[in-house]
Amino acid sequence: MHSLAALTPLGGPLPKTEKIGTLTISEITNCALASVTLRRGKDQAFAVAAETLFATALPAPGVWQQAGVYGLIWMGPDQWFIEAPFASHEDIAQILKAGLGDSASVTEQTDGWVRFDVQGARVVDLLERLCPAPSRRMQTGAATRTLLEHMGCLVICRETAQHFSLLAPRSYAKSLAHALTAAARSIG
Amino acid sequence: MSQINRIAGGLIDRQKTLEFQFDGKTYQGHPGDTLASALLANGVRLMGRSFKYHRPRGPLTAGSEEPNAIVALRAGARQEPNARATVAELYDGLTARSQNHIGRLSFDLLAVNDLLSPFFAAGFYYKTFMWPKAFWEKLYEPIIRRAAGLGSLSGQPDPDLYDKGFLHCDLLIIGAGPAGLAAALTAGRSGADVILADEDFVLGGRLNSETYRLDEATGADWARAAVAELASLPNVRLMARTTVLGAFDHGIYGALERVADHLPSPAAGTPRQILWRIYTKRSLLCAGAIERPIAFENNDRPGIMLGSALRSYANRWGAAVGQEVAIFTNNDEGHSTARDLLAKGLRIAAVIDSRADAPKSTAYEVLAGAVVTNTAGRLGLRSVTVGLPNGQSRRIDCQALGVSGGWNPNVHLTCHQRGRPSWDAGLAAFVPGANLPMGMSVAGAAMGQMSTTAALASGAAAAVACLADLGVSASLPKLPATEDSPLRLTPLFHVPGKGRAWLDQQNDVTVKDVKLAHQEGYISVEHLKRYTTLGMATDQGKTSNIGGLAVMAEMTGKSIPETGTTMFRPPYTPVSIAAFAGRASGVDFRPTRLTPSHHWAAEQGAVFVEVGMWLRAQWFPRAGETTWRQSVDREVLATRKSVGICDVTTLGKIDVQGTDAAEFLNRIYANAFGKLGVGKVRYGLMLREDGIAMDDGTTARLAEDHFVTTTTTANAVGVYRHLEFCRQCLWPDLDVQIISTTEAWAQYSIAGPNARKLLEKIVDPAFDISNAAFPYMGCGEITVCGGLRARLFRISFSGELAFELAVPTRYGDALMRRLVEDGREYDATVYGTEALGVMRIEKGHAAGNELNGTSTALNLGMGGMVSKKKDAIGSTLSEREGLNQPDALRLVGFRPVDPQHNFAAGSHLIGKDAEANAANDQGYLTSVAFSPSLGHSIGLGYLKNGAARTGEILRAVNPVQNAETLVEVVSAHFIDPEGERLRA
Repeated sequence: MHSLAALTPLGGPLPKTEKIGTLTISEITNCALASVTLRRGKDQAFAVAAETLFATALPAPGVWQQAGVYGLIWMGPDQWFIEAPFASHEDIAQILKAGLGDSASVTEQTDGWVRFDVQGARVVDLLERLCPAPSRRMQTGAATRTLLEHMGCLVICRETAQHFSLLAPRSYAKSLAHALTAAARSIG
Repeated sequence: MSQINRIAGGLIDRQKTLEFQFDGKTYQGHPGDTLASALLANGVRLMGRSFKYHRPRGPLTAGSEEPNAIVALRAGARQEPNARATVAELYDGLTARSQNHIGRLSFDLLAVNDLLSPFFAAGFYYKTFMWPKAFWEKLYEPIIRRAAGLGSLSGQPDPDLYDKGFLHCDLLIIGAGPAGLAAALTAGRSGADVILADEDFVLGGRLNSETYRLDEATGADWARAAVAELASLPNVRLMARTTVLGAFDHGIYGALERVADHLPSPAAGTPRQILWRIYTKRSLLCAGAIERPIAFENNDRPGIMLGSALRSYANRWGAAVGQEVAIFTNNDEGHSTARDLLAKGLRIAAVIDSRADAPKSTAYEVLAGAVVTNTAGRLGLRSVTVGLPNGQSRRIDCQALGVSGGWNPNVHLTCHQRGRPSWDAGLAAFVPGANLPMGMSVAGAAMGQMSTTAALASGAAAAVACLADLGVSASLPKLPATEDSPLRLTPLFHVPGKGRAWLDQQNDVTVKDVKLAHQEGYISVEHLKRYTTLGMATDQGKTSNIGGLAVMAEMTGKSIPETGTTMFRPPYTPVSIAAFAGRASGVDFRPTRLTPSHHWAAEQGAVFVEVGMWLRAQWFPRAGETTWRQSVDREVLATRKSVGICDVTTLGKIDVQGTDAAEFLNRIYANAFGKLGVGKVRYGLMLREDGIAMDDGTTARLAEDHFVTTTTTANAVGVYRHLEFCRQCLWPDLDVQIISTTEAWAQYSIAGPNARKLLEKIVDPAFDISNAAFPYMGCGEITVCGGLRARLFRISFSGELAFELAVPTRYGDALMRRLVEDGREYDATVYGTEALGVMRIEKGHAAGNELNGTSTALNLGMGGMVSKKKDAIGSTLSEREGLNQPDALRLVGFRPVDPQHNFAAGSHLIGKDAEANAANDQGYLTSVAFSPSLGHSIGLGYLKNGAARTGEILRAVNPVQNAETLVEVVSAHFIDPEGERLRA
């Protein structure tokens, strides 16, 4: 075990949670993340390997799907982000590469992103102040890349009108947290 | 003064009394009042002075189209100039001041302009203030700006918050009058996602201002019931106080919601206004129509207003403008006004109807075929002079005159995408043309459906049609029986006369001004507008444009539609700049990116610099250091003496994988990458298609099919975008996958003679980083600090033995602290971007200043890097003759002949004895720094044929600061020219 202590994207030793009104905004750090991209001409092998690894096919555009410990998120043409618990999958890139072999390129993304989960009955009101994605229409499992206060983000609907995850490049953590808390106060 | 003109009825809450101030005087009103209605109820007709002539003015309208009743609302930092009193909701404690006068509103010193009016006709400024030219900026303009112009800003920062927001709907209905409500009921009941937006604070439009019934209900009650039903539907979003201000591309609308303008101040943390972007599948414009005035001499006195406004003040707000009212009309609506006001107990002095066949009445006097030719009353209307059909005139005493010249459908938003309206001769008005913004339909009065019955029916039918387009079936609701009378209008735009008849009251443009414009050749409508200022300013000519057009048409002998219309542009009504800025103000102007060592650096008191959105430590001041140079010099010297540490995370990192990754890089970079060995790093230069240098960086090969390419901080996004374009569009046949990993890894440069010794304390013993095992330009995946996965690159931009070490970002803070702690025995020093810059200049390494968008590989002294053995982007065009002249600029070094002298980047290089002019320009300095290692300033710069001019003495001329320094041409590599240090 190495001797370096981790800091969260917001710079604390532990993730922060803030409650504003009925909304809860939580910094999520217990999630490992890697990108998986199909290699050219390996469609067949990739489909088989992915199905073996995740016990399901990878999701269609605009979709997040939970498959056992893995969260599967469509990110772009032939590209997905894979989530898994950090404690068991800190080396997620190696695990996925071992499963997918030469059919895919895998890149560790765990610390490339900051994730905030916003939960509460007014989460859509909050998102409507920040982001052009049609959050009111997003059902559980909808995932989209969008802009949020000038920051390129990934928005995932974990539960319709109740629970969303927002991922942005990690260095924006403080600005994104500020935008979220400001919007939460704004909707009153 | 109590509310002497308050009359019965209206949608105001008389149980509550609100106090407010206008020009320092306290008045009373009620919830539901606007500032204008409350002032009128208090007998105040004079609310401002006009723009140019400082004529006394009162409200012309009761809505957002108001040109005259423009006031400064609130005080202190919240003061808002140029607010329309007609739409300002009254609240307890509201303060307002009139604008545009010196001295009292009732005795404005600048009213002298009115007496001098013959000198202020259209084009006056253009003609008068041409000479002498130098006087314009210093003398004329300040005087004119003082005399003309509207309100002024407080000059203090806006204390309020402004939000932006985004909404999506199937159908956006713009306007909640009879057509909009009928449409919303139809669409809402079908289950479609509907947004109904209206600028007013009470939905219902004219239904709240008229007295006719819908079945048994009053208009206001019917509207209230409709709104209550809509509010109960979860698929309908009602947005009162929301002005849809523009129709933009692809069915997107902008709308401003005034969340807290009706309150003394917004609740803490909540916005004053929200600027919404509404994405629609279909939109239905039910914006109604605006009544238009008729121009006649002195038609701008307080008390003269549109007939519909008189009815609104009386019926909706229980406010009379005067006890004796005259009506001037060219259609039947003037008679409705007379009947409504009579019912309210006011005296109708006469209805002056320009039509010979005017309806007769037993309840009031009708002067058929007559026109108003003049008025009297300095600060408010006292009487009107009527020209009778028999040629005689008659004076009629009155305090209010309601003018009804017909209605202009509100086509504004239909024209936001260059659509032009069409002329409806029956209405004598423009109606929406065929070319509407995508997905837009129009209903109700905005479509020329002028009766309430027609408006209700067209709103409902249009909603059904819009939804049918979307595959939603909706059925027509049962609509109430109501008013369905024809307008019976005989066009009359102005009454001929010798005096001034106002067309545009906000800009003080008269019929005469339009005639003068015509006489001087400004016949095009666009020229007319700019020459006379007709239709400009906050009201954008909502009550004046058609009148101006009509006069111009009369002059040119053309019809109004042949004369044309001016463009309509967003926003429909004024929007404060703060609303456009939203939250992007002050420190939150844009998001900030923080490096992994940011918290540590902040603890050290680092001075930060913005690099794009990143905040990077610029230098780390220590106790006793009083200037930045002391800190930077110390950081440089300590690094060169022992070891320095710098956070270089901000450099872009792009993961390039795939079986064709090497070939991909070979095509991207001018130099070869195909044979780069695994575990090796190579410096690469990428060119633009035109052969100019685009970006540089190192690329490490971690595996046969896996590279990590770095970019400069500034170009990280641009290079990534370029690579994606190449991958997807130029060479889709290559097996290559790229993704950014910039933020996934915290990366530190460890440079200096003791860099390896320090690293050996961090890197796990299993990994040999000796010079033999890990030579210059080596790389590898290693572990540090007892097993943490990491990447090590042996690269240097400082001329020192140097490494870059990357760990997962969450451990970046701890790694920085560990490096500092373990480096203590070597006096390890953390350095910022300034020292980084000094050291790369000392080494002669090109950076952004040199890769400036005009330089080629040859200019950079890297011509040999452009491989002739392969094709890469830019390599062919880099061979252009013009880029390869013998005297091409070459990057060389410069030092001052006298080491005490300084010089500045940007200075131009001129021959020792030549005159400093463009013809003698030999090149320019790109980067200059004080080298603490050498003890004098050094510079890098581009010099014609510079490689062959070593030892030559030139002048670095800085005409901006009027300075020049003698400099000697030297090698760009001031430190470690042979590379022994970095290979140590």
